[in-house]
Amino acid sequence: MLRRLRDPWPDHRAERTLGAVSLLVGAVVVAMVVFVGIQAWPTFQHNGISWLGPGGSLETEIPNMINSSVHPAASVYHLRAWPLVYGTLLTAVTAVVLGLVIAVFSSIFIVELAPARLRRIAIPVIRLLASVPSVIYGLIGILVLVPFVGNDLVTAHDKSSVQNVVELTGEGVLVTVVILTVMITPIMIALICEALVSVPRSWREGAIALGVNPVRAMLAVTVRAARPAIVAAAVLATARALGEAIMISMVSGSRSFAPKPIDGIIFLFEPLRTLASSIVDYHESLSAPALKSTLYAFAFLLLFSAFILSVGGYLIKLPLRKYQVRG
Amino acid sequence: MQTGPGRRSSPMTWRWGDRLALAFAWTAGVGLCLIAAAIVIYMGYRGVQYLHPGLLFSRPAVSTSQSTSGGFLDPLLGTALLTLIGILLAVPLAVGSAVWIAEYGRPTWLARAVESSIEIVAGTPDIVIAIFGLAIFQLQLLAPLSFTAEHGGVFGRSFIAAGAMMSLIAMPPLFTATRDGLQAVPAHMREAAFALGKTRIATIRRVLLPSVRSNMATGVTLGVSRIIGDTAIVVLLLGQTLRFDPQGSVPGLNILRGTGASLTSYIYENSPAGEGAAPQKAYAAAFVLILFVLILNLIVERIGRSGSQTSGLTAAGGVV
Repeated sequence: MLRRLRDPWPDHRAERTLGAVSLLVGAVVVAMVVFVGIQAWPTFQHNGISWLGPGGSLETEIPNMINSSVHPAASVYHLRAWPLVYGTLLTAVTAVVLGLVIAVFSSIFIVELAPARLRRIAIPVIRLLASVPSVIYGLIGILVLVPFVGNDLVTAHDKSSVQNVVELTGEGVLVTVVILTVMITPIMIALICEALVSVPRSWREGAIALGVNPVRAMLAVTVRAARPAIVAAAVLATARALGEAIMISMVSGSRSFAPKPIDGIIFLFEPLRTLASSIVDYHESLSAPALKSTLYAFAFLLLFSAFILSVGGYLIKLPLRKYQVRG
Repeated sequence: MQTGPGRRSSPMTWRWGDRLALAFAWTAGVGLCLIAAAIVIYMGYRGVQYLHPGLLFSRPAVSTSQSTSGGFLDPLLGTALLTLIGILLAVPLAVGSAVWIAEYGRPTWLARAVESSIEIVAGTPDIVIAIFGLAIFQLQLLAPLSFTAEHGGVFGRSFIAAGAMMSLIAMPPLFTATRDGLQAVPAHMREAAFALGKTRIATIRRVLLPSVRSNMATGVTLGVSRIIGDTAIVVLLLGQTLRFDPQGSVPGLNILRGTGASLTSYIYENSPAGEGAAPQKAYAAAFVLILFVLILNLIVERIGRSGSQTSGLTAAGGVV
């Protein structure tokens, strides 16, 4: 076997082998959609698309599914997952919006403003921030931030005012969004920096020569030219934020509760749960067929949004190619 | 503070909006560096506080007290095993398809489809990949590869299952790095090899792949850091036992078919989110994990410095 590998290969066989390997990679994606889709089908079959909507109470639906038999009745599949969808969108969108602003300005800092010595430190540091595993972010969140928020930021008055509805422990919107922002900002910075660097320097210098100050030149010329790349970075970060499971499962309080903005400041401390984190939370009950199908439906939804975001990111970056700007 | 060429103006004379933007850019940039420093220093402080060499060489034990619950030898070896399986599976897949795309790539629509499917795999959340793996390895057909209950129920959990899914998350950076490297190789190198009578595949093996070795090394390193940092796949596909739990009687294979733990699942299980509630052990393991991540980052940096870079932030395929 090894001898045959070592001998020179005929060209046509090499092409076919390599092509087969590539096809295998393509087949993985098809398999992913098919397998997750098949497992998720009962949920779609029994609820249609309306399982995404509001209405029922997850706190009774999910235990129902866990306690059901091997051949559950159709009613067991009943699901209205709006709190999870809402929790996912709330955390992801807030984190991406916050992170985008921070990322654009940090990229300007790194590309244009930072002294050379600081830049040399900043680049590896940002890269490190991007590669810290999510379980470490979760650990810091649950052992440092959650106790801090729970003990120092949430007052006893806040706790007692909603004690009949929900318990405020410090786990919730605030900690989740803060950590999620820290997690996805470096990804955006990497892409935005790349785009800012590839915008021709002379454009910016032209503006500076006309008497515009460097910051304004950067914002009005370079950032403007790199706009598609910035949107693409935001799209990619959204995909990351939607799919983050472990960290959110650790710090979000894991309650199928939809935080209400009208609650004022308490909103920030209300627990939530996302689609991805509920897969982690409930994975031990996967042997219950109804719950299994439900969790696969969540996964299918995440897969679908990842697909849409991937296509969207590609389309957004198309105009960049016109200017030969890499994004 | 400013690097703009030409006549320099002091920020004091700028419009308020621009001064605010300048201040915010500095705050954001320096702030992120401080956050990263805070994370590393805090983990380092906790690590020094709780980590002692014994933890690295003793096996975990089930205990309610943190002093008798053992160390994390098994999770360490589990991480190493998962990395090994994941990389061994990812390298042929990623390098093979990168070579095919860069050097053959016919028909074009198929090449485009393969490229997009790798992009989709890269964008798929790890939790979805994990639950997909569960669906695959719970098939009766694949029962011999994973943990199986007495009465024939297939759990779909094993080192093989987790490692196979790990290869999926390690593949995209390796693919991108190799493909970009190959596309950057100047055409005259190929032409010179063809002129010497080498076949296409011989050119690839003797000329092109050796010249993109550093890109592949970066890709592998990025893949390794993905694998060692991943928790969702381990939690779903490797189970919650802290020790190796072999399955079957064939030595070697029984470990691969059995369940176990990795550093990440050990941290997760020992944090208040898991069952252990042993924060000291979690901190100690997290310290070891972040050390690995730091070392891998240094390696990427070192390889990247020898190659050509654009902004330095996206090393051959990048952070993402």
